[in-house]
Amino acid sequence: MSDSDKRTISLPVLGEVSRRTALKAGGATLGLAAFAAAVSPLAGLRGRLSAQELMQRHYKELSADDKAKIFERLENEAKERYGADVKIKDPKAIPGVRYGYAINLSVCNGNGACMEACHRENNHDRSTNQSYIRVFEMPIGTTDFKHGDSTYTHDVPREGKYYLPVQCFQCENPPCVDVCPVEATWQEEDGIVVVDYNWCIGCRYCQAACPYHARRFNWKEPQIPAEEVNPDQGYLSNRIRPAGVVEKCHFCLHRTREGRQPACLEACPTGARIFGNLLDPESEIRTVLRTKRVFVLKEELGARPTLFYFFD
Amino acid sequence: MAIQAQQARPGHLVSYPRFLWRSLVMATDGSLAFYAWMTMLTAVALVGANAWANQVVDGMIVTNMTDHVSWGLYIANFTFMVGVAAGGVMMVIPGYLYRNKEMHDVVIIGELLAIAAIVMCLLFVTVDLGRPDRFWHLIPGLGRFNFPISMLTWDVIVLNGYLLLNLHICGYLLYIRYLGKKPEPRWYVPFVMISIVWAVSIHTVTAFLFSGLGGRPFWKSALLAPQFLASAFVAGPAFLILTMFVLRRVGVAISDRPIQLLVQIIRVTVLINLLMLGSKLFTEFYAGGSYTKHTTYLFFGWEGHNALVPWIWTAIALNLIAAVLFLLPAAMRSARVVAIACVLAFVGLWIEKGMGLIVPGFVPSTLSEMVEYVPNLTEWQVSAGIWAFGLMIYTVALKIAIPIMRGEERFIPPAESDPAETIHDPPADQPHAGEAPVTDQTQADPPESDSGGESGRGP
Repeated sequence: MSDSDKRTISLPVLGEVSRRTALKAGGATLGLAAFAAAVSPLAGLRGRLSAQELMQRHYKELSADDKAKIFERLENEAKERYGADVKIKDPKAIPGVRYGYAINLSVCNGNGACMEACHRENNHDRSTNQSYIRVFEMPIGTTDFKHGDSTYTHDVPREGKYYLPVQCFQCENPPCVDVCPVEATWQEEDGIVVVDYNWCIGCRYCQAACPYHARRFNWKEPQIPAEEVNPDQGYLSNRIRPAGVVEKCHFCLHRTREGRQPACLEACPTGARIFGNLLDPESEIRTVLRTKRVFVLKEELGARPTLFYFFD
Repeated sequence: MAIQAQQARPGHLVSYPRFLWRSLVMATDGSLAFYAWMTMLTAVALVGANAWANQVVDGMIVTNMTDHVSWGLYIANFTFMVGVAAGGVMMVIPGYLYRNKEMHDVVIIGELLAIAAIVMCLLFVTVDLGRPDRFWHLIPGLGRFNFPISMLTWDVIVLNGYLLLNLHICGYLLYIRYLGKKPEPRWYVPFVMISIVWAVSIHTVTAFLFSGLGGRPFWKSALLAPQFLASAFVAGPAFLILTMFVLRRVGVAISDRPIQLLVQIIRVTVLINLLMLGSKLFTEFYAGGSYTKHTTYLFFGWEGHNALVPWIWTAIALNLIAAVLFLLPAAMRSARVVAIACVLAFVGLWIEKGMGLIVPGFVPSTLSEMVEYVPNLTEWQVSAGIWAFGLMIYTVALKIAIPIMRGEERFIPPAESDPAETIHDPPADQPHAGEAPVTDQTQADPPESDSGGESGRGP
């Protein structure tokens, strides 16, 4: 090659090397150093990401022992990061139960208590005012969401409007579950679609697949003051979620599987919400489905929601 | 067989590391312009790496994506780059299926582009993950792989498969060429044939990612996959033509014929692409209806929201002008006309298949809410970084491949031993003894006939 290749220089340790090789080595070193500097912000993850968490298996592969350890770790993290004493439990689906929800649109007046209750019950990020429920104010005469508004702040109810709360419909045929590449979300025996927040990779394919805008992504770590953290937590439901994973309404399974009502229902002052077991012919929700004018959103898509709307 | 293998082994033990070493040397040797180019790319890639590192630590809140528009510039680039990777096959088909000699000589340019583009695809997906630390959940066997239900798992398979296929083809051809031997068809031709089908599959599967979503009418179209392919077979060849122009600039002799052939291919694909676009627009707009709102938003804005309107009309204008330029008779003669057309088509399709395809799928939202999206600085930095990194890979790969394919870089067996003597004397205790059975194997190395690079057209 050229002359410059043959020219040699002397380096203390390496002895004689060609000038070009020395330059290349210098360049490579500089490049590596620059790369290390460029990704140095990653050091900020230290202490936030434990080896146990990195290696944790999928929920369905965990033994009772594994779970006990994981729950304890999560409880400790909640203490460290949020200053809250929480209890994480893992109630199982009750055999013979398939949950359904029905909302009476003749009664709902858009007061938003359900949204607020969800926000508090489920340890949502305070700064973004996140909630699994959104209430659309719709003009009477249409069901087209184009005319709806979910960001209203004025007093309700308004003349000429009706109110349509939207949350996860726990579809019988959930498109969001099919698309997940890592099985981080699935449907439980009682119909509730849950997410393993410690398995989700955050690709957000499920958000694209959901026809109802029911899924939320944790764009950042949730912020909740210690005194506002709800300590009654389910592993697959309302425990404080890590950043970078998808979450969704879980019909408050940490309550409902213990025989209580969902927080949104408890909070509703109008009695518009009816929750119950679709498999029980005597249940109130079955009566509603039998006797009222019931509809679901976007029925034509075939996802088969189990949250129904009805009018008196 | 066994004996042969034994003899061959020490030879490859010497020559393969040597091949790798020479590759490293070639990859890092170059003119001042080369160093300037690589330094510039390194700098941009580092800016991207830094932006991504911050994104990982602070959360994806630092991007402009939202729950309403949950995929943005990253997935847009991903989708487009899958097309570029698939587009390389438009050199492989003439080169191998139609035995076009000129194309065959330069086909590695297309295969290497596929490698660089797929690496970029994988990076674009990675930076879009909220939890890159859980990447291993996607690895079959290690994590839980929702195959065959999730189309994303299909994409993982076809993209990585395409990467491996092309790595094997290029790696094998280059190594054998480096040894000065004639490649054995059975070690690469079947893989090339598979890669042709595979190239179609990567873009089809990527289209199915979107068209399989029943709740997103903008994407739920049988035309999406064919449209993806048509645009890929414009953008890929356009980039390859530009690459060959650049290679000529830096002194690599490339004849006009492969470029002309690619122009002829584009003349067809660019029209098919425009035809499909027109067909889609007619179907959307003639009868109208509520599912048209995404296309309306994209082309004309919706209730005062116009963020994508300038993008898509720029894309349409670029694509139309490019189509006209490609169809001009001058495109067969004038490098300038072709170069301009290629740049216009590439940029036009980047917009159309990127921002113009991903974002309007989310706007308006599934519940008709109007939340717009424009990428922010972080997203541009990360994306530019990945582009720079991809170009680095491509540059280095070409830098290694071209001298080898042209026979300018050859394995020189260590001089001290006489190859003929070592055949019957495998040195048990010193496997690195320098003999190079590669040269004793039956095939001599004539600068051969039909399977490779070095037929030197005059510069």
